[in-house]
Amino acid sequence: MRLVAIGFLAGLFSALFGVGGGIVVVPLLILLAAYTERPAMGTSLAAILLIAFVGSVTYALHGEVKPGAAAIVGIPGALGAVAGAALQQRLANRTLSLAFAALLAGLGIWFLV
Amino acid sequence: MWALLAAGTLGLAAGLLAGLFGVGGGILFVPTLALVLGLTQLHAEATSLLAILPTAAAGVWRQRSYRNVRWRAALILGVAAIAGVEGGAQIAEALPEQALRRLFGALMLVVAAQIAVRVWRKPAYPS
Repeated sequence: MRLVAIGFLAGLFSALFGVGGGIVVVPLLILLAAYTERPAMGTSLAAILLIAFVGSVTYALHGEVKPGAAAIVGIPGALGAVAGAALQQRLANRTLSLAFAALLAGLGIWFLV
Repeated sequence: MWALLAAGTLGLAAGLLAGLFGVGGGILFVPTLALVLGLTQLHAEATSLLAILPTAAAGVWRQRSYRNVRWRAALILGVAAIAGVEGGAQIAEALPEQALRRLFGALMLVVAAQIAVRVWRKPAYPS
């Protein structure tokens, strides 16, 4: 039931602000659903895969997706994700949490000003 | 040429964030597509979702081998989020965007502080 609420909130925020669900899902899994950092982040990414698939199909039907531009950023993105996941596996949970909190705080400030 | 190189580098950085923190990377994909490759905001947001597909797929592939993915939870989160997107689209039309952005920004700061405090309180090496 908590998972349903967290997912719903993530979808709500991503429609409102264009941020992916991950920025909402990861902290809520950690703070509300007793996940530790790595499972929260791995599970969030799998949920995002599903969300992005449905979203891109919907937009593609309206003709608003530019596949060439998506490839220019998405293929390096895939390489980066492999490197990022490997790096994550080597970091302590505390380090990971603090770095994520810093990212969140940075985004918070960016949204505020 | 320089735009392509810049976009690719920013894409790589977005993927790094995605793999490292389990976020989609849209935070960087959308501005890159709009400001570097010159897409409109709508096209950038739509195209960002397509760019997230290979990024998230590669990340999930690695995370699965590290045994960090809980599939059932991911499925529930994903389906609930898709329902949330529908709700959000309707709210977005009804409320002033600037106020919403500020509220969300403040919320993120609170959550960031909570995570940091939680780390602080927990012993580094639980016995």
